[in-house]
Amino acid sequence: MRRLLAALLLWLGGGRRRRREREEEKERIVEPAPKAPRAELVVVALLLCAAAAAVAFIVFYAIDGLRGQTQWFGLALGGSFAFLGAALILWGRELVPVEEIEEDYPEREHPEEQEAVERIVHESGTRITRKRLLTAAATAAGGAIGLAALTPAVSLGPVFDTGSLYSTPWRRNRRLVDEDGNPLRVDDIDEGTFYTAFPEGASQDTIGAPLVVVRIPAGEMALPADRADWAVEGIVAYSKVCTHAGCAISLYRKPLFPPTAPRPALVCPCHYSTFDPARAGKVLFGPAGRALPQLPLRADRRGVLRAAGNFSGPVGPSWSGVRRKGARS
Amino acid sequence: MTGPRLLAALCLAALVVAAPAVAQPSSGVSKPKGGEGLSLRELGEQLYAGNCSSCHGIDGRGVRSPRPGAGDVPSLGPSLRGVGELAPDFYLRTGYMPLGNPYDQPTRRDPLQFSDREIRALVDYVGSLRGGPAIPAPHPEQGNVAEGQQLFTEHCGGCHQVAARGGFVTGARVPPLGDASTTQIAEAVRIGPYVMPRFSKKQISDPELDSIIAYVQRTKHPVDRGGWGIGNVGPIPEGMVTWFIAAIVLVMACVVIGERIRA
Amino acid sequence: MIRRAIGVVDSRSGAAPFLTKLLRYVFPDHWSFLLGEVALYAFIVLVATGVYLTLFFEPSLSNTVYHGSYAPLRGMEMSEAYRSVVDISFDVRAGLLIRQTHHWAANVFVAAIVLHLLRIFFTGAFRKPREGTYLIGLLMLMVVLPEGYLGYSMVDDLLSGMGLAIGYAVAESVPFVGGNLALLVWGDPYPGHAAFESRMYITHVFILPAVIGTLIAAHLTLVASRHHTQFKRTKRQSERKLLGLPTFPGQAPRSLGLMSCVAAVLFLLGGLVQINPIWQWGPYQVAQSTNGAQPDWYLGWLIGALRLVPGFDLRIGDYTLVPNPFWGGALFPLLIFVILGIYPWLERRLTGDRGYHNVLDRPRDAPGRTAFGAALLSWILVVFFAGSMDRAVVTFGLSYAAQVWIYRAALVVLPPLVFLVVRRICRELQRSEEVEEDQHRAEAEARAARA
Repeated sequence: MRRLLAALLLWLGGGRRRRREREEEKERIVEPAPKAPRAELVVVALLLCAAAAAVAFIVFYAIDGLRGQTQWFGLALGGSFAFLGAALILWGRELVPVEEIEEDYPEREHPEEQEAVERIVHESGTRITRKRLLTAAATAAGGAIGLAALTPAVSLGPVFDTGSLYSTPWRRNRRLVDEDGNPLRVDDIDEGTFYTAFPEGASQDTIGAPLVVVRIPAGEMALPADRADWAVEGIVAYSKVCTHAGCAISLYRKPLFPPTAPRPALVCPCHYSTFDPARAGKVLFGPAGRALPQLPLRADRRGVLRAAGNFSGPVGPSWSGVRRKGARS
Repeated sequence: MTGPRLLAALCLAALVVAAPAVAQPSSGVSKPKGGEGLSLRELGEQLYAGNCSSCHGIDGRGVRSPRPGAGDVPSLGPSLRGVGELAPDFYLRTGYMPLGNPYDQPTRRDPLQFSDREIRALVDYVGSLRGGPAIPAPHPEQGNVAEGQQLFTEHCGGCHQVAARGGFVTGARVPPLGDASTTQIAEAVRIGPYVMPRFSKKQISDPELDSIIAYVQRTKHPVDRGGWGIGNVGPIPEGMVTWFIAAIVLVMACVVIGERIRA
Repeated sequence: MIRRAIGVVDSRSGAAPFLTKLLRYVFPDHWSFLLGEVALYAFIVLVATGVYLTLFFEPSLSNTVYHGSYAPLRGMEMSEAYRSVVDISFDVRAGLLIRQTHHWAANVFVAAIVLHLLRIFFTGAFRKPREGTYLIGLLMLMVVLPEGYLGYSMVDDLLSGMGLAIGYAVAESVPFVGGNLALLVWGDPYPGHAAFESRMYITHVFILPAVIGTLIAAHLTLVASRHHTQFKRTKRQSERKLLGLPTFPGQAPRSLGLMSCVAAVLFLLGGLVQINPIWQWGPYQVAQSTNGAQPDWYLGWLIGALRLVPGFDLRIGDYTLVPNPFWGGALFPLLIFVILGIYPWLERRLTGDRGYHNVLDRPRDAPGRTAFGAALLSWILVVFFAGSMDRAVVTFGLSYAAQVWIYRAALVVLPPLVFLVVRRICRELQRSEEVEEDQHRAEAEARAARA
């Protein structure tokens, strides 16, 4: 064991000696600088720490059920890189010659080469007689091939027909159901709270599906005359998707004691557009540019809420070209 | 360069907004002398008369339209008849009541202004006005956290933030639920304090409520498997860590590395 | 040994002359020149961790029920994409470390790019002959923002979904073609075709990284071919002569050290500081949202802009020409990038300075530019901070409506104010330096006279 150690030391030290012999044979390119044996030792220590931390990472990885595993991983791997970084920085500052060398900025321009390029291009074209015609034809070919190459991209979506943006799964007589598919009854709807409803038998995960349903106290309803029959016993339904940026309207502000608190409102948590459920979804505050689309309601003989038609306007965020009326089934 | 500038701007903003928060007036409460000797009912009546009746009216009839009260503060408040013991227990144990100005949003107060016995006395008194619901006794240990998370996201997350860290609705602040006890959560769901919706047992049954409470309890000690939770509110604190920790450390590393050694 | 290796390489590639040049390429030593390197190293960490994540991520929106080891989500319906990221966080050993490191690296990457951009701008490094380098850098920032956004959105947690809804609304709001554009990208009305997830995925893990990588290569090639700029601090330096450390042995250990430092910071953050704990947000559904939803910091200025715009859609009769999200979500960032993009030519026009510039200005040396940059920065920062108005309500109790008006007023008042103040400061600094110089000269003359 001792002999092995001695051999190792001899090898480590010997390397240094041999290199020393070769120095100073020719004129140096790299400036000479004084030796820094202490810094060298620090660098060695730091590198060994980096190695130890890296090994620690492997060990942590191998341990089953280690508490705070991610933290140990981060400490070990991050620590390893930190030691390595410190070693390298010290190396750069203390163990290599810190030279400041000069260099000329590259030539700003190469007038001869510029002229040569111009002449090569020019002289290559001297056989051509109908330059404009050729250019036009080449442009046509290039453009058409480019267009052809882009054409399959049209399959990505119904790019020329924005009609689908108007469509919703709602249509006359469709029942309102909750998330689990249970029909919503007039009697189930309380004042002072909100319900999320979906069209029966349709996907819930489309922009036109979700509704927010609230019951407005008797004296406070102020729907416009043409929507007077859109509410059932004070129950109104609006699209749950904000007309500003499409987030779900999952905030219902409802005063417990109206004289001292703000009036009832539906609020979107993304940019805080605020809508008035008693006044046909009118915008009270925030960046939304149009009212919340209202779904006309009716109750069937069993007291189950049904749609009496489609929304008062397109659901979801406005798109350029959208008309205010006309959601489609 | 933006690091320090951001920090300075932030400190300034914090100072500007902290000023009014500190200067909150303390509304004094009046307590009967020798309250220890009174029976619970007598104490309740006297406390009610001294602290509540100006806004909630004599016998809890409420004051529907503002009338001049003590100082410049108007008197105005809802009726307490039929709210039972549930509502006063919630409002008094959260410190929402007594409220200095009836137009203010009630906020959690710590320490409370009434002792436990005084609260019991008031709860007993208000509960005796015309009956009403008793203080609920939720069993979150019987709830299902996964179901609770779903229900919470559907009914509560829009305002309270999905990890119950509180939020904002136009016109009101939404309290974080870190300090809310299980009973208080159950009470709030049934009352709908200030501008919160009120959920009946038809909408959220008692077992479902247990699940919601179990979930909220879980959010108080979230699974921060990834390390320091920095508030569990998402990208804003993450951005701060990026700039105030990572960017500053790395710029410092650059300075050390780029430091000129030779003149 | 070295000689033999060089011999092998040189005889096959003829690289020795190039290599000697490369080894003695000159790096000017100022710390601010390293900010771009920080961005580069963050990108390397991003690629390395990102590749690892693709080995586990499933870019699919098909429904599944969670049965993994995180109890609160068990039994919940979710997409395969979200499920696979929860699995990466809980069931893949070291998965969470890599995921968090990846996310922190993205945040730091953009921060380093912005710091680098500020350095370039305020020192006039974008001037001839480096306008191309500058534009490529700017382009990279423009590509990096959607790249980060896609990474945030692919996960299909509650915050992803809300962010995508807003992105969809902004796409729809582009005048004339918005609806078509949104349908083209999403494939169907929101939340889009099932293939939309694969579109995000290929864009995030291949197309945009390839674009960024190519731009980095072009950026570095241009930097090397025109050489670095420098601050003038000795008489030896000039517009024609560069002074600094050679690549080897001076710069190499320093740069490698910096790379290790970047990796260290990112892995330490990745292990010790939680980022985007998606299991707490839960999966996304169109009908769900949470309060206080925010994008990552580098898109914070857009949410601020969206919130500050007054509520209106630009309509002609019944025809909506420009929906509201366009102003804050598309026009505002476009305007900022256009201003930054044309600035080199704008400055050339205003100052009439068309010359070559290898020597940098200190910010005070160009009061107009510095004042303009500071004003623009203050403008962006106002909008940026407006993005956190809702959390300011929660944390400090400020009124939201009041904040909206304060920020709107600041948008008008602050930039001109900053412009005037900063220009004044620059000029004062210049003047005090002149006075000092005069003093030194006078002292030197006096000394000479005495001698």
